[in-house]
Amino acid sequence: MSQTVEVLRNQALDALQKTTTSDELVQWRSRYLGRKGAVGALFGTIGKLPAEERAAFGQGVNALQSELRKAFEEREQLIREQVLAQDLEEGEIDITLPAYPRQMGGLHPATRTHREFQSIWAEMGFQVYQSHDVEEDDFNFTLLNLPPHHPARDMQDTFYTTNPRVLLRTHTSPGQIRAMRELGGGGSKPIRVILPGMCYRQEQVTARSEIQFTQVEGLAIGRNIRMSDLKGTISEFAKRMFKADAKVRYRASYFPFTEPSMEVDVECFLCGGEGCRVCKYTGWLEIAGSGMVHPTVLRNGGYDPSLWSGFAFGMGPERITMLKHGIQDIRYFWGNDLRFLKQF
Amino acid sequence: MLVPISWIKDYVDIDIPVELLAEKLTVAGLEVAHLRYIGLPQADVPGLRMPRSDHLVWDREKLLLARVVEVKAHPNADKLVLAMVDYGGEELEQCVTGASNLFKYQGQGEINPPIWGAFAMEGARVWDGHSDKPRQMTLKGKELRGIYNKSMVCSEKELGISEEHEGVIILDHEERYVAGAPLAEILGDVILDIEFTPNLARCFSMIGVAREVAAILGLEMRYPSFEFLAEGDPIEEQVKIDIREPELNPRFTLTLLRDTEVKPSPFWMRHRLRLIGQRPRNNIVDVTNYITFELGQPLHAFDYDKLLNRAGGPPTIITRLPEAGERLETLDGLARDLGEETILVADTAGALAIGGVIGGGETEISENTRNVLLEAAAWNNISVRKTIKQQRIHTEASARFSRGVHPSQSILGSSRGIELMRQLGGGTVAAGLVDAYPAPPQTVTVALPIERINALLGMDIETDQAAEALRRLEFETRIDDDVIHATAPDHRLDISADPIVGQADLLEEIARVLGYDRIPETIMADEMPPQRENPGVFIEERVRDILAGLGLYEVINYRFSNRETEAMLTPDGAASSLPDAEYVEIVNPAASDRDVLRHTLMTNMLETAANNARYQRTQQVFEIGKVYLQRDEVLPEEPLRLGILLTGARDQPTWRVGDAGGAADALDFYDLKGVIESLLEALHIDDFSYERATHSSFHPGRSANLLLRRAPVGAFGEIHPQVAQRFRLADSKVFYAELEVARLLQYQQRLHKIEPLLTTPAILEDIALIVDANVAAHEVERVIRQAGGRLLKDVTLFDVYTGDPVPPGKKSLAYSLTYQDPERTLTDKNAARARKKIIGAARRRLRAELRS
Repeated sequence: MSQTVEVLRNQALDALQKTTTSDELVQWRSRYLGRKGAVGALFGTIGKLPAEERAAFGQGVNALQSELRKAFEEREQLIREQVLAQDLEEGEIDITLPAYPRQMGGLHPATRTHREFQSIWAEMGFQVYQSHDVEEDDFNFTLLNLPPHHPARDMQDTFYTTNPRVLLRTHTSPGQIRAMRELGGGGSKPIRVILPGMCYRQEQVTARSEIQFTQVEGLAIGRNIRMSDLKGTISEFAKRMFKADAKVRYRASYFPFTEPSMEVDVECFLCGGEGCRVCKYTGWLEIAGSGMVHPTVLRNGGYDPSLWSGFAFGMGPERITMLKHGIQDIRYFWGNDLRFLKQF
Repeated sequence: MLVPISWIKDYVDIDIPVELLAEKLTVAGLEVAHLRYIGLPQADVPGLRMPRSDHLVWDREKLLLARVVEVKAHPNADKLVLAMVDYGGEELEQCVTGASNLFKYQGQGEINPPIWGAFAMEGARVWDGHSDKPRQMTLKGKELRGIYNKSMVCSEKELGISEEHEGVIILDHEERYVAGAPLAEILGDVILDIEFTPNLARCFSMIGVAREVAAILGLEMRYPSFEFLAEGDPIEEQVKIDIREPELNPRFTLTLLRDTEVKPSPFWMRHRLRLIGQRPRNNIVDVTNYITFELGQPLHAFDYDKLLNRAGGPPTIITRLPEAGERLETLDGLARDLGEETILVADTAGALAIGGVIGGGETEISENTRNVLLEAAAWNNISVRKTIKQQRIHTEASARFSRGVHPSQSILGSSRGIELMRQLGGGTVAAGLVDAYPAPPQTVTVALPIERINALLGMDIETDQAAEALRRLEFETRIDDDVIHATAPDHRLDISADPIVGQADLLEEIARVLGYDRIPETIMADEMPPQRENPGVFIEERVRDILAGLGLYEVINYRFSNRETEAMLTPDGAASSLPDAEYVEIVNPAASDRDVLRHTLMTNMLETAANNARYQRTQQVFEIGKVYLQRDEVLPEEPLRLGILLTGARDQPTWRVGDAGGAADALDFYDLKGVIESLLEALHIDDFSYERATHSSFHPGRSANLLLRRAPVGAFGEIHPQVAQRFRLADSKVFYAELEVARLLQYQQRLHKIEPLLTTPAILEDIALIVDANVAAHEVERVIRQAGGRLLKDVTLFDVYTGDPVPPGKKSLAYSLTYQDPERTLTDKNAARARKKIIGAARRRLRAELRS
């Protein structure tokens, strides 16, 4: 009977040698080693043998089963290696074919710059205060120390509404009065806010000027706010916004709602202050107007200017965005051409 | 204002390069926008950057001041002459020239009084006077009609002073002139273009600028003489003044010059006026302009004889408001209606001039004028502002009076003006001057304690130092126990009498004079205000992030619109679904189609989509912005809206097999719904539902209202085809949503609970139900969920099918169901029981059949 085992052994190993794929391997295993396979069938014949042959035959079939299992594993390993080798050898693709595009979205550049501003100011304790776009003349001008016929009203071309008392805010500064009145506790509490928002001016729309633009205004009120604090705070902003060693220049200027007033220039971050077309070869870029809150404005906000002081500043995020990205035309901002928006 | 540095040097001896001066002025608030060089080299100042100037630098060896001794005829040419020039050399130089203004000296022999010219030697570099385009050239010797010539007398154009090339420069004789002196020392100059903020009215003149220069540099100020030689009869008998509105005309002064000659001004005067952009006319008018720019006090000259004629005797100058319907023909030739508030200079016969703005034509100076009455007055700046706005006129006088000229300056202007006129035109000045001064402004003295200066500036300066800074600006100061009492100089109107505001005014001056760079940089030591939560800002930014993450781009539109465009959102015959409110209407819009503030984001979004359609296969965009609803309050409501717009292809085309050339799927209603639900999910808003929309801008069958806790938040869906057509969006369907951001804020859960992660195995199976075609999908799902009970974890619709073998009027909905027991392993038996219940409920409640 060991002859039968020997025949099956030769036959199975022969067949195994001929397998080349994992599918064939699986077929081979079920034929020889499966539940209803050939080796199993030999086990089934044990009962029909004479008792004295059974043990030896059983051992023979067991040995055959072990041998075939081992051979199978070896063969399986070999085929796996061959398949892998072949895949590595021949499975090359054209990596220069274009990618499948993923659907991306994005934030408007104005939003991006505003967020940058807001996070820097938040780190310094300035929280966002939102105010009206449509404002009362009083808040936009008179309470900010710009009475009717004040020469500085000419600096701003205003959109007026059919209600002569109401206009579109020309700057975010009216929010100063509203913030002081709302948060100041009748002139008894300190304030630190930024006022971001859309502003409007009746101008010719050109590559450099828009009828609608955003501003970020800042306001700090306290019992002990100094002009040196204003300089320190703005310089800190410039370091975080532009670069850690950004040089800042302060120039005397005039805004009706601050006194003393100053313009803030930062060393041109495009040429490093060497002078280029963008900074008009001066090495400086103007980034903010600022000053100590005018006593009249403090009074109008409910504070006693002999006890309280404050500073305020205003910045134009579009301008900074334009400088940073080399945007030549301010009309791109609200033009919403997706070819522009997709570049951010 | 154009400010020649040569002019400023009349009043202050500047000891630093002009480039550094420009920087210091800029930092002190007088912004120097531009430097124009005439002949002088641009200096390099360490640490200072400025644009390179490409002007002609005058060679100090080859461009010289020279006396034109004689002009001779050219033997061979009528249009040329020979100028015999003394340039300091051994012999006279003979220049062949066609300069028309030299011809009149021909044949006079030696010219006397002497005249001087700008002489260029051979090899000198000059601008080519005959070239239309700016071109430099080097002077070379050549023959001109038979006479060899190697040098020339120059025109202004050849030297880069102006475009003038008709004649050459002829300077009137001055004692200081020496033949052969470098021309750069005589005519070399730098012109500063200074921009003044409205608070700097006092600086709007050469002396005004010089005063700042002196203060900033700590130098002495040298004023011109205000004496005048008056040898005529007393003026009081020859003219009188009657001021009727002292508020509007606080001061009026007159001086009188008799028997003068009106003629061209000398070179120095014409040259200065041209350098600052003024056109010289005659000596009288030139002096009025000159003093306007020198002192900042505008003058006006009348022909005295014409006034005598009008009055029939010695005139009385009256300043008053117009009579009803009164008109005046002004110097610019316009006959003007004079509103009600325009202050006039008049005589007994009628109006003569608009006070502080422009003179009248009738009494102006002419070539025949012999006797000049000179006005120097002060006018209320607001009144002048109203007039120039109303009359739409701008003059050098009005530019100054509208900002404010201190009345103290009137008498200075009168005195200096009449003396200059006498010097330039001859004649006799009447003795004295008529000075009506009914409303002198109050003198302002401010008390400023040193600790206030240091507390507000954050500096540590001494009382003396602060007082010295103010004295440099001509404040009078008195120190009393660490308090500075500073009295404003009489050329300033900008120091407030309010004690606290006045202190701020002085602080600014102290900081400017000391230099803003001297103020240290400190970190705020003040109490930090309480920090608040800011949910409005938080949600706005969160929504932006979510939508950008979903593949949408943010747009920001104009907030302007117009009624007609917004009306286009309502299809023919339908009722408008826009907010029931008035528009905020702009009375001076930038364009007629931007004359109201929007009621909806929809118009801007559709217009943006139409604009982008040319370049974009697919558009998925959103905007968060305000709309403006005018109701009963003074100010409109400004609710924040979220607009979402999808149109075009769902995916970008690729080369992938199966994609190529095939029509890509178009975005549809369910894409938009997916964006909305993803947004709600990210905001953890669970309780939302839909109903059919009634918004007329949408397709009635393909739009919905979004409800949060059963309250409407906005409509979404396919834009009504007619509306889409009107916005040039007919090519592909447009899906749009507009939601109230405040509602999203209201219903978002900032503290949501998470689902525990189950470890028990789930059983998945599919079920297909055939229902009537008009049964709503969410109805079917609800029945399934209710019947499936606690074990049914998830229901996903994966197929909607109509057509054979599904009977007509029916549809097949196929769901994959997930059963899972959170506590134990679910048995097939339990799952089968749930399935049976579902099928039973569907049969009962939906009359559904199981599709096999």
